[in-house]
Amino acid sequence: MSSWPNKWEELPIGGVVDKPGNSLEVKTGSWRALKPVIDLDKCIKCLLCWVYCPDNAIIRRDDDYVEVDYEYCKGCGICAHECPTKAIDMVEEGGE
Amino acid sequence: MNTTNKQVRLGLNGDEAVAYAAYHADVDVISAYPITPQTIIVERLSEFVYNGELDAEFIAVESEHSALSAAVGASLAGARTFTATASQGLALMYEILYIASSLRTSIVMALGNRAFSAPINIHCSHDDAYAARDAGWIQFFAENVQEAYDLTLIAFKVSEDKKVLFPSIVNLDGFILTHSVEPLNIFEDKQVIKEFLPDREAVNKIDPSSPITYGPLALPDYYMEIKKQQAEAFKSTSIRIKEIFGEYEEFSGRSYSPLKKLYVDDADIVFVVLGSTAGTMRTMVKRWRENGEKVGVLSLTLYRPFPSREVAEVLKDVDTVVVMDRSYSFGSPGGQLYMDVAAALNKYGKYNRLVNAIYGLGGRDFTPEMAEDMLNASKDPSIREIWVGVRG
Repeated sequence: MSSWPNKWEELPIGGVVDKPGNSLEVKTGSWRALKPVIDLDKCIKCLLCWVYCPDNAIIRRDDDYVEVDYEYCKGCGICAHECPTKAIDMVEEGGE
Repeated sequence: MNTTNKQVRLGLNGDEAVAYAAYHADVDVISAYPITPQTIIVERLSEFVYNGELDAEFIAVESEHSALSAAVGASLAGARTFTATASQGLALMYEILYIASSLRTSIVMALGNRAFSAPINIHCSHDDAYAARDAGWIQFFAENVQEAYDLTLIAFKVSEDKKVLFPSIVNLDGFILTHSVEPLNIFEDKQVIKEFLPDREAVNKIDPSSPITYGPLALPDYYMEIKKQQAEAFKSTSIRIKEIFGEYEEFSGRSYSPLKKLYVDDADIVFVVLGSTAGTMRTMVKRWRENGEKVGVLSLTLYRPFPSREVAEVLKDVDTVVVMDRSYSFGSPGGQLYMDVAAALNKYGKYNRLVNAIYGLGGRDFTPEMAEDMLNASKDPSIREIWVGVRG
């Protein structure tokens, strides 16, 4: 959907999603209570966070270091849990 | 177009008549679990499939929950889909009832109306039909075996119509209709029906080359709009239902309408009733009229969407409306049909005296003597609820 319907009349019948592959349009980053912050000094490029992230919200850079895609990261914390060097901290949203 | 010459007169019970209707509708998928009193329906259909007379997939499932779940998938895949159940089976289908209607499937289900347990009972109450009343299924009530056949064919046409797209239930009173043999006219074969009921053209059909997600998550930001759309769509189905009744009349020579009324226009007391008891009440009202009683009867062929405006219009000048419920709604202001009638009258500014008659629970015969007692009790201004024929 390029734009979200404003009226009940505009919704697809039966509430179906009639166009595939549109999950990129649903920004789930606002669901987050805790956000992962990566300390690249501790990162050993093992990429476990990239493998484990259920939402493809870890971005693998060309140099094999990683970044978080905060538009989609829901803050589940799996990356921080899996990181063998404790390079990822879960930080409260809004606080710094 | 008159195809009355392409019909044959047979003696069938209500279950067989429904099975013939599904067979004549040339269904693609039957997904059902046997339960009294509808078992004969699925037995006959399985015979039609086994004999090669009906080219359909008969899915023998392990429960009614699965029966309806498989029917949802089949209907979304574009199949003309049929199932049948009763009582506890309908109860086990409950969560899928809402899914079937909310995904706008076109399933047709025959419901051999039977009382809910406990105590266990296999005979007629309308508990199961009432339990499905809020679920977004169109509901028809057959008064006799002929109507059970006709309404099943009509239900397919209604549910698959692109201006409808909601599943239908065809109610037939357990044993009183399901197991009673009556003479009826049925069409000669499947080919005759095609003119009234062509092959289904599904909307939002499952198609691997154009994937669709059915029943995705919708949170507070959109759930309400989806329900509003469903509500408006469901309300509007009554227009097409009436038109399809007309088309069927032209096709079959038999007339259908949401309401059937007898002697209502000048009546002081009108009895409102669903199902096979409408016939009994019509006989009684004719008898009472001969004795000078100003009484009438109003029966509903269409129960959902409830024909509120028509009911209020028909009853507007009636002093006493006796609403007959073959079920009981514990702790409610009255029986389920009573509440519908009361709300319909109130919605259109009518404030008749209302009496609720609870009758026939668990298949208790509704006899002429009981009807007499009900009439007499309804004349007593202090009585608001009557349990017809109960001991004590």
